[in-house]
Amino acid sequence: MQRISEEILSKCRALLEDGTADRVMGWENGEFYYDVTPAVFTKDNLDNMIYDDFCASNQSKYFILESKKEGKIVALLKPCDTYSFNQLLKENRINRDNVYVLGIPCDGKIDVQKAALLGIKGITGVKSVGDEVVFETIYGEKSCAKKDVLFEKCMSCKGKKHMIYDALSNEEQEPETAIANEDFGNRFAYIENLEHMTPDERFDFWRGELSRCIRCNACRNVCPACSCLTCVFDNPKSGVDSKANTDDFEENLFHIIRAFHVAGRCTDCGECTRVCPQNIPLHLLNRKFIKDINELYGEYQAGADIELGMPLTSYTKQDAEPSIVYERGGNK
Amino acid sequence: MQKIGVFVCWCGSNIAGTVDVERVAQAVANEPGVVISTDYQYMCSEAGQLKIRQAIKEYGLTGIVVCSCSPRMHEATFRKTAQAAGLNPYMVEIANIREQCSWIHKDKDEGTEKAIILAKAAIAKLHLNTPLKAGESAVTKRALVIGGGIAGIQTALDIADAGYEVDIVEKSPTIGGKMAQLDKTFPTLDCAACILTPKMVDASAHEKINLFTYSEVEGVSGFVGNFKVKIRKKARHVKADLCTGCGVCTEKCPSRKAPNEFNQGLNKRGAIYIPFAQAIPNVPVIDTEYCVKMKTGKCGLCATVCPSKAIDFEQQDEIVEREYGAIVAATGYKLINLDNFEEFGYAQNKDVITSLELERLMNAAGPTKGTLLRPSDNEHPHEIVFIQCVGSRDVSGCGKPYCSKICCMYTAKHAMMIRDKYPDTKVHVFYIDVRTPGKNFDEFYRRAVEEYGVDYIKGMVGKVVEKDGKLLVQGSDLIANEQIKIEADLVVLATAIEPDPSVKNLATMLTASIDTNNFLTEAHAKLRPVESPTAGVFLSGVCQGPKDVPETVAQASAAAAKVIGLLAKDKLTCNPCVANSNELLCNGCSQCANVCPYGAIEYINKEVNDHGKREVRRIALVNEAVCQGCGACTVTCPSGAMDLKGFTTRQIMAEVDAICK
Amino acid sequence: MQINENNKEFKPLIVAFCCNWCSYAGADLAGSSRLSYPANVKVIRVPCSCRVNPMFILRAFQRGADGVIIAGCHPGDCHYTSGNYFARRRMTLLFSMLDYMGIEKGRTRVEWISAAEGAKFSATMNEFVETIHNLGPNKKLEDLRCKE
Repeated sequence: MQRISEEILSKCRALLEDGTADRVMGWENGEFYYDVTPAVFTKDNLDNMIYDDFCASNQSKYFILESKKEGKIVALLKPCDTYSFNQLLKENRINRDNVYVLGIPCDGKIDVQKAALLGIKGITGVKSVGDEVVFETIYGEKSCAKKDVLFEKCMSCKGKKHMIYDALSNEEQEPETAIANEDFGNRFAYIENLEHMTPDERFDFWRGELSRCIRCNACRNVCPACSCLTCVFDNPKSGVDSKANTDDFEENLFHIIRAFHVAGRCTDCGECTRVCPQNIPLHLLNRKFIKDINELYGEYQAGADIELGMPLTSYTKQDAEPSIVYERGGNK
Repeated sequence: MQKIGVFVCWCGSNIAGTVDVERVAQAVANEPGVVISTDYQYMCSEAGQLKIRQAIKEYGLTGIVVCSCSPRMHEATFRKTAQAAGLNPYMVEIANIREQCSWIHKDKDEGTEKAIILAKAAIAKLHLNTPLKAGESAVTKRALVIGGGIAGIQTALDIADAGYEVDIVEKSPTIGGKMAQLDKTFPTLDCAACILTPKMVDASAHEKINLFTYSEVEGVSGFVGNFKVKIRKKARHVKADLCTGCGVCTEKCPSRKAPNEFNQGLNKRGAIYIPFAQAIPNVPVIDTEYCVKMKTGKCGLCATVCPSKAIDFEQQDEIVEREYGAIVAATGYKLINLDNFEEFGYAQNKDVITSLELERLMNAAGPTKGTLLRPSDNEHPHEIVFIQCVGSRDVSGCGKPYCSKICCMYTAKHAMMIRDKYPDTKVHVFYIDVRTPGKNFDEFYRRAVEEYGVDYIKGMVGKVVEKDGKLLVQGSDLIANEQIKIEADLVVLATAIEPDPSVKNLATMLTASIDTNNFLTEAHAKLRPVESPTAGVFLSGVCQGPKDVPETVAQASAAAAKVIGLLAKDKLTCNPCVANSNELLCNGCSQCANVCPYGAIEYINKEVNDHGKREVRRIALVNEAVCQGCGACTVTCPSGAMDLKGFTTRQIMAEVDAICK
Repeated sequence: MQINENNKEFKPLIVAFCCNWCSYAGADLAGSSRLSYPANVKVIRVPCSCRVNPMFILRAFQRGADGVIIAGCHPGDCHYTSGNYFARRRMTLLFSMLDYMGIEKGRTRVEWISAAEGAKFSATMNEFVETIHNLGPNKKLEDLRCKE
């Protein structure tokens, strides 16, 4: 089974051959079929590049370093990655001159754990056919509804429009506006459920989740907004450095501060939850900030507009008072 | 490890009454780093300070904690004490055990316990203090005055007389401002032109004053002592160096359609014009909107008749960049738009006029040569109604909530002058209150009532409608408690004033703040009324709040005094408690610059040495002369690269830790 | 948190971050007007409410504070023109997050107290201490290692 569309491959090859760029950032095969890895390709090994429904990672963050290197790199960005890429541009972290953005299409990425729960194992190939996914496995062909095996982050897809690009691999597919997929419903629904709980129930919920945190830092390392050269938690001079959670408080502290540091900059790409080995729904923290920002300061999508001021570095004189937190919804 | 001395003050019985000062001194004596801990009756007294100075020398102290009254009271005192003993003044911390302890707690044990904790917090903070040195910056010995009305002229003259160079930037073609349009001035009834025009001449003739008329400020960068300002000199289309001001061009210009701004649009002027006879500079301007040559290419009569070949249709705007040590805003005011006050029929009836229009109708250089005639039919009015507070003290949202301050007095002036010149004319004034707080003001108003028989009616006018060539004024007399109707020939509206709209853009450029009414805000409403919160920016005249001519002149001179005080310095000492960015931690993301209210943070590309790895990075650089030390940037910075000297993250957390122990 | 030896009464520990220009001066005025409030309120002086980092607040809870209050100039009156506007957004979002994680409402607060409002300072502190007293000791954000 061909693991990359001819359009993407030929466009990349042309860009390398005509000297527009000298590297391509994409994905390559890992140990297992579904185990794909971000990788940088040149003319010589471009044939090893793959892109299919397992290539879920948001690679925007790599371009902070890649764009500082000599020469130009092709960035293969899915629509949702372009928000993160834009946000990093806005923060002057990426040297735009050294990146050629090739917008690639995405129909949602497959969470192999969800497939496993449906009994689909030993995968040797995958193909989307309409709303269905067909897996080739060592036990024969299996299929299921795509919706049932999508990553959490794809369940609140921001739409198929690229926010920034130099070229698109498939121009016909590009919609005029970014429309979120309504099939998935309200992305804040789970947060609203939590808000309607009592504080003790919420506390128990989060203790249950965050007490599993092993401080592997995967969430931080994958997060495009968490791209500080030195993280405060790694800096002995910050006064809050800690390499491991030694008690409940530190589990909370790390995640509150991490969410606060990315508030207003988080594009809701959902990578934190995708990579968490402990399956902690970390996106529920960031998304809570997004929900509050939308409700209190007006709808805001980080990375959608490169010029717009960010919610935490702007204000209006009529902003709500902090006491609003205690006055609105939810149980006392 | 610091060597710390702790000095606990009794403040007589103010502290010692509810705090066991000896116990406090003993309790902290064994804290890490403390080498001496003692108490004394009055630490701020000469003897108390001597005790501190001696201890610093005797024990070789590296820092001191004074447990005393509020740092707002004596921090400066003890910093000087420390400095006198050779210690860096910023190695002093104050534990506030009076205002925030002994004075509010009655139980001595409780008070003492709290005092000990506050002392420990101060010690914990002091351990992390570092000597700070105030930076210095040079001062450009030139001032910029924005606005060439009486406020700007007076400020400029005072600064120039002190020997400093001043530039005046005025957006209209002449200096003079609103005062030049006035006929007489209260309460002495001097002719405005007679007292203003000599000052205008002084300003233009002064060797230290440069005039940039028909010019606007386009950009401001820099900071106190070192502003860089871009000024756009709009094209006059007349070469000022060649023009002799003979005025032939203005007479010959065939276009007569442009409303004459100087006469409030009551008559027309040519497309090439000098605003008024005494205008300075006496150089005409071509109004490109009305000039036939500029619009159609045909005409050019002015160029033909000009004896000195000064007309230049090709002239372009010119941008000049100048440096200043101080900037004075003197942008003045305008009348509010009366669209919200339809009941007075200003837009419908030519004979409903504003007081400023009346000034022009009564002025000898005005459209009627000083004879009071109604605009509609040029007839002499026999019954005149003045309506006060039109748009002032209006909380309905149609007008302005504030008092415009000048209207009571100029209305009395107008009424009196009309009664004096035309005794056959009846004058009525509708008022809410008559406010005359000024030297000789109330006397002036009483003369209008008593000597000149002006009919003051307490009450508001509900409606003005035209009826048979007259204006039917319907109002209420609150004292007689009756509705009254007056058939008037002329209605004069004492229209509210508001800051000139240009002030909004200017405030942004200067990072000076404006209030909800767009008046520029003072650094302190009572104690620093002519300074803006932005260092080096000063306020003169109505841009700060409504005021009359004498008050404006007084404030203008006050602003000048502040500017002179600044320009007299060769160097400025900065507050050393400012933000600074750790270049190795800075991501270069610009978020700090977005929250800085002073524009104190710029970004540079700099080669840094990060543990042996050399690379060029985009990093934040704080201009210490501009930073005021609020700390907004420190919280915005996710990496913790930005910190605030004197209130570092670690210092504050050390205090938290000490308090929560 | 301090437990009084005699009657085991809960005495909440309150950390108050006060901006130098308004609220700290308001606290001084409360003092010079002899308007009392409980001694378990401890003030930390900061230049502006915008200097208060969420980390300071969490740190205070970690080390045993039962309530944290941030006091600054009234909106529009900031000595630095806009600091308290930024603080207002930050604290609103932070408090909302703490609430979302199940920390009791009311354990954190922002108040605008001018230099002239000594009475407000004292009344606010009295009321806040009472609120925290009713909420009881902070258990959800404490760090047991910091307890004796």
